[in-house]
Amino acid sequence: MQRLRDLAISDTGFVFDPFSGATYTVNDTARCVLDGLKRGLHRDELVALLADRFETSGEDLSRDLDDLVHSLRLFGLVPGAFEVV
Amino acid sequence: MVAPLVVAVTGLNATDNPGPGVGVIRSLLHARDPGLRVVGLAYDAMEPGVYADGLVDDVFLIPYPSQGVEPLRERLAYIRRRVGFNVVIPTLDAELPAFVDLAPELAAQGVGTLLPTREQLDLRCKAKLAALGAQGLPVPASRVLTDVAGLYTIHEAFPYPIVVKGPYYGAKVAHTLDEAVHAFHAMAAQWGFPVIVQQFVAGQELCVLAVGDGRGGLVGAVQMRKTVITDKGKGWAGVAIRDEGLDALTATFMKASRWRGPCELEVIRDAAGGYHVLEVNPRFPAWCFLSAGAGMNLPFAVAELAAGRAPAALADYRVGTMFVRIALDQITDMAPFSSMSTAGEIVRSEGASR
Amino acid sequence: MSRPLYERPVIARHQTGAMNKFSRAASMQPQTHVDGVPVDTLVEAYGSPLFVFSEKTLVARYRELRDAFARRFAKVRVTWSYKTNYLDAICRVFHREGAWAEVVSEFEWEKARHNGVPGERIHLNGPLKTEATLRRVLPEGTLVHIDNFDELALLERLADELNLTPKVALRVNLAVESIPAWGRFGFNLENGQAITAANRIVAGKRLELIGLHCHLGTFILDPASYREQATKLAHLANELRRAHGLVLSFLDIGGGFASHSKLKAQYLPGDQATPSFDRYAAACAEGLAALEYPAGKEPTIVLESGRALVDDAGTLISTVLANKRLADGQRGLVVDAGVNILFTSFWYDHDVVPAQPFGGIAEPTVMYGPLCMNIDVVRDSVMFPPMRTGDRVVFRHVGAYNVTQWMQFITYRPAVLMIGADGRHGIIRKREELETLLASEEVPAWL
Ligand SMILES: Cc1ncc(COP(=O)(O)O)c(C=O)c1O
Repeated sequence: MQRLRDLAISDTGFVFDPFSGATYTVNDTARCVLDGLKRGLHRDELVALLADRFETSGEDLSRDLDDLVHSLRLFGLVPGAFEVV
Repeated sequence: MVAPLVVAVTGLNATDNPGPGVGVIRSLLHARDPGLRVVGLAYDAMEPGVYADGLVDDVFLIPYPSQGVEPLRERLAYIRRRVGFNVVIPTLDAELPAFVDLAPELAAQGVGTLLPTREQLDLRCKAKLAALGAQGLPVPASRVLTDVAGLYTIHEAFPYPIVVKGPYYGAKVAHTLDEAVHAFHAMAAQWGFPVIVQQFVAGQELCVLAVGDGRGGLVGAVQMRKTVITDKGKGWAGVAIRDEGLDALTATFMKASRWRGPCELEVIRDAAGGYHVLEVNPRFPAWCFLSAGAGMNLPFAVAELAAGRAPAALADYRVGTMFVRIALDQITDMAPFSSMSTAGEIVRSEGASR
Repeated sequence: MSRPLYERPVIARHQTGAMNKFSRAASMQPQTHVDGVPVDTLVEAYGSPLFVFSEKTLVARYRELRDAFARRFAKVRVTWSYKTNYLDAICRVFHREGAWAEVVSEFEWEKARHNGVPGERIHLNGPLKTEATLRRVLPEGTLVHIDNFDELALLERLADELNLTPKVALRVNLAVESIPAWGRFGFNLENGQAITAANRIVAGKRLELIGLHCHLGTFILDPASYREQATKLAHLANELRRAHGLVLSFLDIGGGFASHSKLKAQYLPGDQATPSFDRYAAACAEGLAALEYPAGKEPTIVLESGRALVDDAGTLISTVLANKRLADGQRGLVVDAGVNILFTSFWYDHDVVPAQPFGGIAEPTVMYGPLCMNIDVVRDSVMFPPMRTGDRVVFRHVGAYNVTQWMQFITYRPAVLMIGADGRHGIIRKREELETLLASEEVPAWL
């Protein structure tokens, strides 16, 4: 998870990966999840974090989390076998 | 006191096939007009002109023309509120229809333009160039084809080699029918119909940057011969020349089209001294800084006309002035790029003059 | 302080050439209503997917077309091109406005008659004119546009047998710069076939040649194509007048005007690329200035615009079934309307927007229909905001050719609705159900 910890994330959602040189944009919820992942939070903690910070209305947060993690794997920001547990 | 010019300019994609924006802006700055401010309009956060030192005061991303007029209208309104501007100079072919359509609204808001009409834009498009031939402009013999069968009789109209062109971009020289058929299908597959087949003319490549007054007259024109040409066929260096034949041809085009604003005529002068107009581009060329450097600053004249100012009488340009393009690495840190990619803007002026 | 609204978390990678968040998605507005009626109300009442036609737009487009030509020509006839959309309700809106009918089969002719159009107000086009069809329509005075020499011979024989002098027009194909010729229909102008056919009709004396017709193609974006076409038709008419003293009663310039949809190969969208009816009409007028007819004898200009009249009036409401993340990272959205009902998505990039307020980062998104076939893509990659299952999307400018070319495949075809000019709405074609399909099936006795 070193790649993830090395990411520079600005308040505006601009993300720089010093390893690959790639840059990204994240929205506030994704920024929140990235912070949580860096701290090693588990699935239920991440879901609780999102539900606490944002006004939700019945979305499937766990499913959205998997979708984001899928993207992170695709971009090589987390190991290929990584799953939120 | 007249209000300072605040000019918004597009085409900051100064790559090895450069957009004209950087040349236009450097010309504007060259005029040293008091209070002048430049607003860059870019289509991508990575357009090199965004990062050039001292070029643009503020820069904003704008939506691609393919996204429709409405998003562009909204974005321009936002930029006007944010930093203000009173002239806009679009410099790319694909964006011209949208800016031409928006011009009356912009004018009502105090933003001036110097642009051709939609009809004039249509007139110079590749497939219609032949029509200008009927009005006295020497254009190479050409046929507009929508069916490959038209190629079988092309040699009766003009001899091989021929140039096979797509409707917007792309050109291939073919020496035989077989090559021509292949080129036809390649063009049609990549660019769609129609395919334009043109007589091949060899000779010197000359260009004219001309600005029309919209009434058939000429505001000014600078002629140039390409002296270094890249593998993409772009002029990388050139020299200002004076050829009376080109003068006459430019005047003919202006009269026939009543062109308003800048344009570029691409001309071949053959060994026998004949002229052939290959294309008319409806905007400034990338090499337009030569006009400022040679003493006839046409981009600045366009900005003044667009703003409704009476421009100072244009001095003639210095024949023999050269331009030599160089590739230059700009150094920047991540901050401007971060701002462009997340906020879509870099604002330094806060609306104040330089 | 209230908490920010939750959005699906998204990370988007920057790619040179694609780093511009000011796409249409940024200024996209949801379309929550169709002609003032909430999308939700419509779906609750009539199901999803749902085609919705706006009577207001149908009428507005019709009048704009008619007026643009009426300002320039003394006599103008708009015919409704049935194939574009032959639902009775749609046809009747246009007939009420004064449109005649343009049909290309006996089925369409029957529909026009069923809609109260007299036989002599129908133009019969196309290559599908069997002897049986002609025997049926000729006594009713239908105007037949002749497509080929075999048809010409057949018509002359029937004229004798039925002891009639049918009124006919010659369908002509001609070369116009910049667009592929529809050379398989009618008689070619440039190689002299058209003149030969006209001479033969005149010499035969069994048919009355009263018009010329040319349909250039469809979705023609350059009005100048019509100037060229009209000039050529005018020259042909002049030639026929000189040769035979023939003064035609109509010149039919066909259909083909563009709607505000966008062809896949087209760069600029309809708001910039689609010419107004006025520009088309001006181009036709310039071309027809070449006509040398005596004053007062000007021919009626006949229009067969289909797409341009009905496309903008048609909307398709569809519901999101699922979100997908594709192997390449791109987002996929599965909606309940597929290419079986949105047939035109093979050629057009339809304008599609969410039907409810939305937020979040727009991503390149492919929209799939519900069929179990790989080709079922209703929209190629488009910047689109996050959607949840059950959310609705609205496809716009889809009124032409879909509810005629659609097919019943895998599932039932949806209901088609019209919203009246006064806000009333009603079904104009019922959603199919098992009974609809069983009604035309039979099981042989041995099974
Ligand atoms: C003879 C004829 N007329 C009119 C039309 C209607 O064309 P559009 O919908 O492009 O206006 C067609 C369509 O193919 C046609 O074949």
